[in-house]
Formats: sequence, C-alpha cells, structure tokens
Amino acid sequence: MTSFFIYKAILVVVVFGIMLLAAMYSTYLERKVAAFIQDRVGPNRAGPFGILQPLADGIKMFMKEEIIPEVANKTLFIVGPCIAMLTAIMAGVVIPWGGELVINGVPYVLQIIDFDFGLLYVFGVVSLGVYGIMIGGWASNNKFSLFGAIRASAQMISYEIAMGLSIIALIMMTGTLSLREIVEFQAGGTGGTWNFWNVVYQPLGFLLFLVCAFAECNRTPFDLPESETELVGGYHTEYSSMKLGFYLFAEYINMFISSAVISTLYFGGTNFPFMNDLGLSQNAITILGTLAFFIKIGFFVFFYMWIRWTLPRFRYDQLMYLGWRVLIPLAIANVAITGLVMILTDRV
Amino acid sequence: MKSLTGKAKVLDNPKMTFLERIYLPAIIGGITITLRHLFKRKTTIRYPEQKRTFSPVWRGMHVLKRDDNGAERCTACGLCAVACPAEAITMTAAERKPGEEKLYREEKYAATYEINMLRCIFCGLCEEACPKEAIFLTDRLVSTDYARDGFIYGKDKLVESVDNRVDVSKRQSPKVLEFKKIKHLRHNR
Repeated sequence: MTSFFIYKAILVVVVFGIMLLAAMYSTYLERKVAAFIQDRVGPNRAGPFGILQPLADGIKMFMKEEIIPEVANKTLFIVGPCIAMLTAIMAGVVIPWGGELVINGVPYVLQIIDFDFGLLYVFGVVSLGVYGIMIGGWASNNKFSLFGAIRASAQMISYEIAMGLSIIALIMMTGTLSLREIVEFQAGGTGGTWNFWNVVYQPLGFLLFLVCAFAECNRTPFDLPESETELVGGYHTEYSSMKLGFYLFAEYINMFISSAVISTLYFGGTNFPFMNDLGLSQNAITILGTLAFFIKIGFFVFFYMWIRWTLPRFRYDQLMYLGWRVLIPLAIANVAITGLVMILTDRV
Repeated sequence: MKSLTGKAKVLDNPKMTFLERIYLPAIIGGITITLRHLFKRKTTIRYPEQKRTFSPVWRGMHVLKRDDNGAERCTACGLCAVACPAEAITMTAAERKPGEEKLYREEKYAATYEINMLRCIFCGLCEEACPKEAIFLTDRLVSTDYARDGFIYGKDKLVESVDNRVDVSKRQSPKVLEFKKIKHLRHNR
C-alpha cells in the first residue's frame, strides 16, 4: 500500500514538474516561433540560443513590485490568479501520460487517476478556469479588466457548448468517457487489425474541437479577453509581478493540457504506428509511446503559436456568430451523421 | 453617367463562394506562408558581435586631426562654424605661447572647440570649409546619452590622441586627395 502511494506521489510530482517546465519553455518557444515567423532570431542572449531566457523572465517576475490597486477587492484580487493556476494544473491528473511500465513484475500505469468519467472531469475543471479570469477582472475594479472578464466568460460559455457537442460524437463511437480506454481504442496494428486514430473517423469533430480549444485557451484568433489593442491588457490589466506571471503561466499550462487532450482524443495519445508489430518489450513500447505523446503535444503547442502569428483577431460579433450559428449547428450535424453511419454499419 | 476622369471603378460586392465562406482554404494558405517564413534566412544582425559595414561615403562622428608631429592642426579660424548650416560648432581662439610648438601647429589655436551632436546634421560642410585639413567626419558612431549635455562634444572627445590616430583614409581616398590639389577650382581654394 505504501509503495502504491509512493509511486503515485512520484508521478504527481513528475507530472507537476513537467507541466511547469512545459509552461516555462512555452513562453520561450512562443517568442522564438514569433521571431522566426517574422524573420527575426528571437531571444538569444541568456545562455546558448537563449535557452535560459525563461529563468531570467521568472526572476524578473519575482523581483517586480507588487501593486494591488487601492479600490480593488484585495481577497478576490489574490484569489483570482490562484484559481486560474489551480484549475489549469488540476486537469493534468486524468491525462494518460503513458502505458504500463513493468518494474520487478509490478505494473505501474503512467496516469495519476483513471476515472471512468475522465473526459467529463477535464471539461469540468477547464470550465472552472474561467472563474479565475472572471474573479480577477471583477476584483480589479477597472473598466477594461471587467470588459475582459465579461468577454472571457461569454466566450467560454458559447464555445463550451460546441466543444461538448463535438465530443459527443466521439463518445458515441468509443462508448466510454475514460481517457485511457479512448487511447486503447486507437491502438495501432494489434494482431493484424488496424485501429486508426479517431481523427480519421471524426475529421469534422476534430476541427470543431480544435477551434473550440483555441477559444477556450483564449488564444489568437479568439484572444478577445486580453486584446491589448482594445482593452489595455484585458482581465489582467491591473496585475503585476508574479500574479500576472500566474495568469500567463495558467494560459500556457492550459495550452499544454488542451494539446494533450487533443492528442489523446483524436491522435492516438500514447499510440504510434506499428507499435505492436516491431517486437519490442512492453517497457520499450511504453517509453516510446510517452515520447510519441510528448511529440504530439509539442506539435499542437507549436500549432497554437503558428496560428497566433498567422491569423488576426476576430471582431466580437464575428466570434459570437461563429460560436452560436456555425459551430453548434455543425456539431449537432456531426452527431447526427455519426449516429446514422453507426446504425448503417451496425456498429452500435 | 460616365465620370470625367474615367478613373472611377464600379464595385460589385460579389457573394463569397462556399469555399471562401468556410475560411479554411484561406487559413491553410496563411499558415503555409508563415511556415515558409519560419525557414527563411533571418535578416537580423546580432549587433555587438556582428556589425553592418558602413557605406564608403558614410559621414559619422567628427575628429580633429593632429599633424605628423602630434600638434593640433586646428587654428580656430572659424570657417567651419560659419559653414555649418545647423550652427552646431562653437570655438574660442587663443594665442600659442612660446614652448607650446609641440602642441599646436599654428600660432593661433582653439582653446575650446565644441560640436553639439544633437544639432549636427552630418553634412560634412565643416570638412569642406577647413583650410587646414583639421576636421574630418569619420566612420565612427555618436553614442547615445541620457542627457542633452552629454551630446556637446568638447576637445576631449574630438581631438585624436597622439598614439591612437583615427583613420580618415576611407573617404579621403587618393582620388579625393588628387581632386583637392586642383587649386584653380573655387571649391578647393
């Protein structure tokens, strides 16, 4: 029993560390990708190729003066970034980071908890994340912050519906809400039969989910809550020092988590092609699978940045139009088509 | 009605086709463009390590030259100050005392010589006006400062040191020197 707790504790610490590290280096990657797309070189002063830049940024964030506005609600002002950070990190619990690792005959699953309703948990936690933004924007007692917060909550609510609906088609196919079972459903090349990644069966669902994920993470072209050209800084206008750092960090962790969820749901998670046909041992497959998973996550994190430096921001009415009058009908149609195909092919 | 200039264009807002309305082809076109830029050669110069070469005719910070013996060439005639269109140059003259022949070439010299680098437009007219070949514009940069006072360069910054001569041959090429010898041109008198 104690060994079980030790293994879980180690896993929690490692996942926590990886997420923070990923968020740190996402900021570096963001600046590098931005620079490269604009034909610049980006940060290159701190360490070779500037790889110590996140460290320098972190130190800067800690050293900055902490300013809490006189008129702000002090408690909520502090609670806001904490909630944003907490909910961002909590979602990492159910992500299946890898398969089974057998050490001394004891199998260790590289996943902190395998809920039966893992997908619902992710959705619940992610939608709680808007409270961090909402509370922060409200507590600042500043018009721009409040505008940002209101935009964020309206945007989140609108896009969560389409996101949930696009997932329903996937759940109908797989028949489970457990993320691990969804991953196993996509295992490639098991005993001669091919299970393709879900993106092959659900291309429209994937597209809808991707667009909604962009909106949920407040990333360009849906970054209206913090549109600096209109709202100074949006919901974090009044924030300074590490509280601002927490908001920025939460955004990057959200990006990382949503990339992980996208890879899990639609791109096979820890599966990679020919994984069971190469004659590798169980542990080797697990390690390679985790590696493949992180490559997929890395690609999607890069994709977020790639889109950010390609597309301009939507107007607010365009955002609402897209959410309510395009994505939701499409998601419902996707559910209907999936059901129809399942009945016709007797896969119910 | 036909417009008088014939330049007016009739615009019809054509309805977007289905492919245009779903945006996806346009987005894919956009991300391929940004992807191509990702691998393009970067135009940035990493400044302190790498420096752009100046054009051969670049006029930068001034220098007050010394002659071969190390004596200052400037005789404080004031022609450069008169020539200066921005009125950036001021100077006070003083008489050379016996024993100072090593320091100053002529009997009169500039006790103070100041150029306000914020006024200067780097036109090079002072250089052309100088009858003593004393002032030249070099390929050095005027560095930044926090206050305006710092941009008024005195003799401490302008006069070249005896053992560390400033090279002006980049613009004073043999061809230019040859041209300067043609004394019947009014320009060179």
